[in-house]
Amino acid sequence: MRIQHWMYELPLRFRSLFHRQRVEQELDDELQYHLDCKIDEYVTRGLAPREARYAAMRDMDGLAQRKEECRDARHVNAIENTIRDIRYALRVLVKSPGFTVVAIVTLAMAIGANAIAFGIMNGLILRPLNVPNSENLWGISYGDGSSWHSYPNYADLRDRNRSFEDVAAFTFAFAGMDIGKDPIVANGFSTTGNYFDVLGIQPYLGRFFHSSDEHGPNSAPYLVLTWAYWHAHFQDDRNVIGRTVRIDKHPFTIIGVAPRSFQGTVMFVSPDFFMPIVNHQQVEAEFRLDARGNERAIFELFGHLKPGVTRAQALADMNSIGAGLKKTYPNQFANNSSNLWRPGLSAFGGAARAFAGGVMMLAALILIAACMNLGNLFGARAADRSREVALRLAIGATRARILRGLLTEAVLLALAGGAVGLLGSVVLLEKLSLWQPFGGAPVHIPVTPDARIYFVALALALVSGFLFGIVPVRQVLRTDPYQVIKAGSRGPALRRISVRDVLLAVQIALCAVLVTSSMVALRGLVRSQHSDFGFEPRNTILVSTNLAMVGYNAEQTVAMQKRMIEAVETIPGVEHAGLVNNYPPLVYASAVKVSIFKDETRDLIPANVAARTYPYDVSPRYFAAAGTRLLAGRDFTWHDDRNAPRVAVVNREFAVRMFGSVAGAVGEHYRLQSGARVEVVGVAENGKYLSLTEDSQPAMFLPAVQSPLSASFLIVRSTGDQQQLSENIRAKIHGLETALPVDTNSWNAYLEIVLFPARAATMALGVLGALGAILSITGIFGMASYSVSRRLKELGIRLALGARRNEVLRTALGRSFKVLAFGSVVGLILGILASRVLASIVYQATPRDPIVLTAVVVAMGLLGLVATWIPAQRALSLDPLTLLRED
Amino acid sequence: MSRPSDLVQGTLDLLLLKILALEPLNGWAISQRLKQVSGDILQVSDGSLYPALHKLEQQGWITAEWKATENNRRAKFYSLTRLGRGQLEKEAANWTRLSDAISNVVRLDYPQL
Repeated sequence: MRIQHWMYELPLRFRSLFHRQRVEQELDDELQYHLDCKIDEYVTRGLAPREARYAAMRDMDGLAQRKEECRDARHVNAIENTIRDIRYALRVLVKSPGFTVVAIVTLAMAIGANAIAFGIMNGLILRPLNVPNSENLWGISYGDGSSWHSYPNYADLRDRNRSFEDVAAFTFAFAGMDIGKDPIVANGFSTTGNYFDVLGIQPYLGRFFHSSDEHGPNSAPYLVLTWAYWHAHFQDDRNVIGRTVRIDKHPFTIIGVAPRSFQGTVMFVSPDFFMPIVNHQQVEAEFRLDARGNERAIFELFGHLKPGVTRAQALADMNSIGAGLKKTYPNQFANNSSNLWRPGLSAFGGAARAFAGGVMMLAALILIAACMNLGNLFGARAADRSREVALRLAIGATRARILRGLLTEAVLLALAGGAVGLLGSVVLLEKLSLWQPFGGAPVHIPVTPDARIYFVALALALVSGFLFGIVPVRQVLRTDPYQVIKAGSRGPALRRISVRDVLLAVQIALCAVLVTSSMVALRGLVRSQHSDFGFEPRNTILVSTNLAMVGYNAEQTVAMQKRMIEAVETIPGVEHAGLVNNYPPLVYASAVKVSIFKDETRDLIPANVAARTYPYDVSPRYFAAAGTRLLAGRDFTWHDDRNAPRVAVVNREFAVRMFGSVAGAVGEHYRLQSGARVEVVGVAENGKYLSLTEDSQPAMFLPAVQSPLSASFLIVRSTGDQQQLSENIRAKIHGLETALPVDTNSWNAYLEIVLFPARAATMALGVLGALGAILSITGIFGMASYSVSRRLKELGIRLALGARRNEVLRTALGRSFKVLAFGSVVGLILGILASRVLASIVYQATPRDPIVLTAVVVAMGLLGLVATWIPAQRALSLDPLTLLRED
Repeated sequence: MSRPSDLVQGTLDLLLLKILALEPLNGWAISQRLKQVSGDILQVSDGSLYPALHKLEQQGWITAEWKATENNRRAKFYSLTRLGRGQLEKEAANWTRLSDAISNVVRLDYPQL
């Protein structure tokens, strides 16, 4: 029935809309025919033609009204009125270009900021991994609660669980890739054979490796390249499949290229290649596939839950497996907790979520402030247009119709602003997703805009349009056309506190929150760059090498590392050179803690752990090179080698926690997880190891000679030109070993990465703060100029009666300043409260900082001055004579 | 005495549908026919006729086409659609039920009085 109905109705509707002229003509003709017949009838009855005509018209009861009723019957009016409203709104907006531009720019900024914030959240949190069925893909941790696992622990979970379809795992592989030219360092993932099958992705080229390719250690020398690496290093050569390349001197066959959209399973990190984890020993000599105690073997496990299995069931399953493993291997397995999370974010989940959430919240504040700002402007405009409104009411427009017109203007503005803002945000997001914040590091920010962003921007535009569009409603509803036309557009006297004052105060408070937040973040960043790291990153070059890339064994490694240090020390300008295995503090945020035990502890099980500490294996003179001060005891010497007793330098935190004091620590002993008894020979100052925001953490330094590692950083402190020095260092090392890839960089450059969250936060908050500042300027400006223009006459009279300039100013702008002061104070207080949130992202972000407080007060004061300057000038330059003559 | 609401609600629709069920007519002829069949009891003003017709057309119950009249002028002739025929039956049934009910109420005797 309904459908049939539409079959008749739709064509009629279209006709009414698009053949309006004709439909109107037909309506005229139809009624005219009736009228003619009626006139004929009256004439036949004996009336004069003229009389007959009048009588016929009377019978129609108003021709125009009847026509209007017919149009209503056709539902044409609703659509037509909307079109007319839009046309009228466009005309009105074009007539006041200043207002229109300000409104569109304001909205574009606010909606753009929100679209970007949402884009970031969308990229980081809502859409974690670009793989099929990712909503059911879980990162898995059991055992000690970190994501790290040993390979046997992984294999046990994979084989024993009843909750997952399959479980895959991966870890990072840093290797020298030799594709026929100079070997270069490449960063990849070592993955289990089922990695790609669990993810459910298909190769772009060639094939992926599978579980069936794994036959024990070093059995699967296969390599899958990422699209980007293939594109950059193999020039899109499709014949690359089957080619043999050398990874750390071991031959690997390239079997496939991953699709372009797939950038591994860790957010922010884009690897160059994927290789089977069974071959991982070939890039990391110390790696043992079968070592259950090697909890650093696997970075993360993940898998899809079986259909119907809930998260809670899976957790219980994992816990029972963990409990079983703990029973079997009490010395090597601690079972504290199990967890499931969105894979890809394990390392950064908390921070990313906090960051995205914080930015989202502040962006929302911007939008609210912008809406209030525009609501205010709209209210003021409606007041200015009260004469027009009154006139329209007087000649018969309904209030609903007038409100619809105003709302149409608001929504049009919102859509235009939304479109501009969206455009800007899409461009920025595209740029952001292509941005590589740290030169060499394989880092990218996955925030490519998608349909969701367009939708969010549209929704925000419509909502904000309605929000600020309804501000003048009450005003219009109360308009009394008679009064307005009689009294002129001055309207009722100013009340003590108007809705617009409240709106402006709230808006300024919000903006002050944003300004405060950005100041706090900025201050935190400045501080964190000048804080005490426990080493001196200035004038320091880090030289990264991995002797495994040229096939050195442990013995050769130690000898070679010593020769490298000695060679570098001979370079003129070099003050100290020292070596640290793996990574120095704060580089790549890569520090992991190990357990230590009291000297008297015999049973080295998890329950007896005395402390968890960051371990560093360093060469003699490392402390001098790093600029870490020794508080007590001595540095290592080359005699602290494998034949000498085990010794350690610990930091102050370690000394105090384990032995009560710095002085008392030297000469004391403790035990490592391996059972080795270690004597403390020195105490170093505290430092930062994993992140800038951490509290003082215990750390220990062991002689690198006693536990050699092929991957190391040489720390070179010098006063000379860093660029020249880097080249000299490379030349020296290549003099010792030609084929060794050598990376040189300043320590500060590596710190970029740990500073990145603070930088990003500061940047985001800075932009939002600037937006907030602009909004408060336009808000105050709007209000001040409105109140001046509204009271021009009054001001003129005051001037004519001899008011002084400051009195005029007080009259004209006092209100604006009061609102500004009130809003700023409220905003400052709110900002201080909100800044607690910032402290989690930005190092040392404390709002109780006199500099921050002063800066905010000064900033808001300046904003007020800037915003009221023009209206103040206008008020001061009034010429009472001209004014009083007018109107 | 101008609005169709002066008639029982919906009655004008029923009347128009019924009249058009017999033959296609133009607006003027419909008004003449209305007068003719109901005498002066049901007065429909000329003005209110057309919005009602347009509404029925919009509903898809009647459809219009331009044809020549007997005095050779072009006029808009309305005719019933299949949809309209169904509607007429429904409304006629409704009307019968309603008028029966009202007649019953009106005819009630009150023996006690």
